[in-house]
Amino acid sequence: MENIVIHTDGLTKKFGDFTAVDHISFDVKQAEIFGFLGANGAGKTTAMRMLCGLSKPTSGKATVAGFDVYRQSEQIKKNIGYMSQKFSLYEDLKVRENIRLFGGIYGMTDKQIAEGTDRMLDSLDFQQERNTLVKSLPLGWKQKLAFSLAIFHNPKIVFLDEPTGGVDPATRRRFWELIYDAAEKGITIFVTTHYMDEAEYCNRVSIMVDGRIDALDFPHNLKERYHAGSMDEVFQQIARKAKRGDN
Amino acid sequence: MTAVTANGLEKAYGQVQALAGVSLDVPAGELFGIIGPDGAGKTTLFRILTTLILADKGTAEVVGLDVVNDYKEIRKKVGYMPGRFSLYQDLTMEENLSFFATLFNTTIEQNYDLVKDIYVQLEPFKNRRAGDLSGGMKQKLALCCALIHKPEVLFLDEPTTGVDPVSRKEFWEMLGRLKVQGIAILVSTPYMDEASLCDRISLINDGKFLMTDSPQKIIDSYPETIWAVSGDKMPRLLTALRKIPGVKTAFAFGDVHHVTVDKGLTTGELKQTLEKDGYTNVEVKEIKPGIEDVYMLLAGK
Repeated sequence: MENIVIHTDGLTKKFGDFTAVDHISFDVKQAEIFGFLGANGAGKTTAMRMLCGLSKPTSGKATVAGFDVYRQSEQIKKNIGYMSQKFSLYEDLKVRENIRLFGGIYGMTDKQIAEGTDRMLDSLDFQQERNTLVKSLPLGWKQKLAFSLAIFHNPKIVFLDEPTGGVDPATRRRFWELIYDAAEKGITIFVTTHYMDEAEYCNRVSIMVDGRIDALDFPHNLKERYHAGSMDEVFQQIARKAKRGDN
Repeated sequence: MTAVTANGLEKAYGQVQALAGVSLDVPAGELFGIIGPDGAGKTTLFRILTTLILADKGTAEVVGLDVVNDYKEIRKKVGYMPGRFSLYQDLTMEENLSFFATLFNTTIEQNYDLVKDIYVQLEPFKNRRAGDLSGGMKQKLALCCALIHKPEVLFLDEPTTGVDPVSRKEFWEMLGRLKVQGIAILVSTPYMDEASLCDRISLINDGKFLMTDSPQKIIDSYPETIWAVSGDKMPRLLTALRKIPGVKTAFAFGDVHHVTVDKGLTTGELKQTLEKDGYTNVEVKEIKPGIEDVYMLLAGK
């Protein structure tokens, strides 16, 4: 049987009488690139927060990397990586200081950090920028560094929350090549995006509407089912049904 | 009539050259897009044109008024929606709108026609505090507030960033309706697919305009031969394509790869080479480029 790294069954989160996430059930396999799409306010962020161990569900089940979201949130945090467009790096620290900080937070030893730093800087072709302040790096480089840091401790899963917003087209594509490399190494990718061409790069895609998962399948199956030429058309058809406004 | 002109605008923040010589000319009633990634200089340009900061070099006029000498007059005649939500979170939706109307010595009733289209969608929530509104509603309210004094020029800085594809489409439909009323609209965006909704666009990168024209003419200017390639194992196919002699560039574009090639190569030859390397279900066909292809070519030079 294929290795399931994320499992949810009826996962629900309510804020007062508002049901932000409404009984979502799905599995994500190891090394899969799973696209988690939805309109603003559909419940993506709330669902992601539960899966990252940051917010307790109201009801339902979920395990991430084999750990229970209710009881084992600390273990979950150690076994996942997280990157968002807004917060990822400390701008006033040097490249190597950021690496050291993240390694330390994830409980890596000094030796692991030192070796990992060299390996990462080599593979990114960044050795010369070792002592550069992060704030003076071009945006595309920051993005690559942020992603490399999110997987520095070799997590089972990495959560990417709109990782490519505002990035130029060439950099956006190179970023996806990094995602593929990570998936080849066995890391599971859980990614949200507003770029529908990027939905095509995912192995499977789910689309949330009003707290529920309305569609979940391979991109080519979704396009076939909705008689659509692109994932953008699929998304437009599904998300237009949404009743509630965004967050 | 010219709504906005700029000549050789330059602006540096310390070592960073945010604008490196930008010129533009936007007539009244035009929907003009400034398209480029974060850090390209879009916000700096908007701040100079809305008289919020001074350029180091160059000149600019908005509705025939100089951005340095006539800044007070300009401010009465333009609407500006900054990239960050900047309305009063503690005021209700209606209070925000009437506040902005009052600032410009007008009332909601006086210019209701202009905002009606958008405001009716918001009206059920008019007593809700702006801070408690959804992202899409905040954005619509901000647009109303920028419009309520009936500006001649509207500056919208990344109004659709972080907004989902459905809401983005709705927002652009609203802009299309405003344009008809004769308002010049300058809008910036990092989403290349929004380019086709503008009358004219400038592609901006590193503080410079790469090209300014109608979206169609920009696409027609593309000098390369471009093919769409698909098959099984798309990520590996991409790496393989880059190693084939005659292939200049290869990038993923949704469910196909876009490939630019030297003149000598034919689609049949490329397909054969890939099949020889063991790739299956390979399809290669010539396509028309999109704005993103043009941008990548120009920005990569």
